[in-house]
Amino acid sequence: MEDEEYAGGVQKKFIYINRRAPHGTVYAHEALETVLIGAAFDQDVSMLFIDDGVYQLKKEQRPDSLEMKNFSKAFKALEMYDVEKLFVETESLQERGLNESDLLVDVELVARAKVAELIDQQDVVLSF
Amino acid sequence: MSSIEVDGKTLATDEEGYLENLSDWEPGVATVMAEIDDCELTDNHWEVINFLREYYEEYQIAPAVRVLTKAIGKKLGKEYGNGKYLYELYPYGPAKQACKYAGLPKPTGCV
Amino acid sequence: MSTLNIVNKSPFEKRSLDQCITRTSSGDALLLIEDAVVAAVSGTAYDAPLTEAGQNMKLYVLEGDLAARGFADSEMVNGFTPVDYKGFVALVAEHDRVHSWL
Repeated sequence: MEDEEYAGGVQKKFIYINRRAPHGTVYAHEALETVLIGAAFDQDVSMLFIDDGVYQLKKEQRPDSLEMKNFSKAFKALEMYDVEKLFVETESLQERGLNESDLLVDVELVARAKVAELIDQQDVVLSF
Repeated sequence: MSSIEVDGKTLATDEEGYLENLSDWEPGVATVMAEIDDCELTDNHWEVINFLREYYEEYQIAPAVRVLTKAIGKKLGKEYGNGKYLYELYPYGPAKQACKYAGLPKPTGCV
Repeated sequence: MSTLNIVNKSPFEKRSLDQCITRTSSGDALLLIEDAVVAAVSGTAYDAPLTEAGQNMKLYVLEGDLAARGFADSEMVNGFTPVDYKGFVALVAEHDRVHSWL
């Protein structure tokens, strides 16, 4: 299914690793923009959220109170861009008193001990 | 800075003609922008514009062409979910031109 | 398949070194550059954890960054190999991917 629209060229496995909270710096927003652009090139894209990166997926963010754009809504659009693999590290959630139900999209949980294995399956790592 | 005149109001745009402030949008904006491009807006054009505005409200991004095509097909029926239909309506590129008329920023991933 | 992990922040200021170490697998490599090189100096709170991490992966430090901060190769935690810029490039080429823990 995934390869249906794929018309040649090299397809690589990309993982975007997000380790920073949103809003305080521009990293999280830039990462998401990069993912959306990358998705136009028919690559195999995953995102991994560890450390403070898990805060990016927190439900009910209201940065409009700071007159900033609520880009967290765009995570819900990723599926339409064929970015369907969103991984979140279980321990990072736990350390921050969060669980899966606090997140605004469906994710796949991955244990800290398995993160290296996930990275090992990738061709390219982009870190934000 | 560039601008357009809509109903006696001067609205700021960037150098490519996209509205600077999304909140400045009103239907007249699309009509004026279309006139500049020598394009007359039909109901079919408006359907796409309205769709884009709803999409932006929900996801805060302007969709890439591929995503727009798929979504229009889902909403209006398969026969509309193809590049040909959208390019006939918006020959300058459905995402670019229609997003502009809808008051959205230039789509992410659009070169 | 192995990853070259690069850390560039002092562990006394940012947590990226700790965060990196808990997520590496055997066969990976760790390269400390810029402010992170202070972690490679023996006798700090990172001496023990890095000595342990060195059991599973290779440890490198960019020697120019170390020298710039007044430390000699002889002061490094056991297991560290100093590399110059050419060595840095070779490491990047040797591994399947690079992960910069910004």
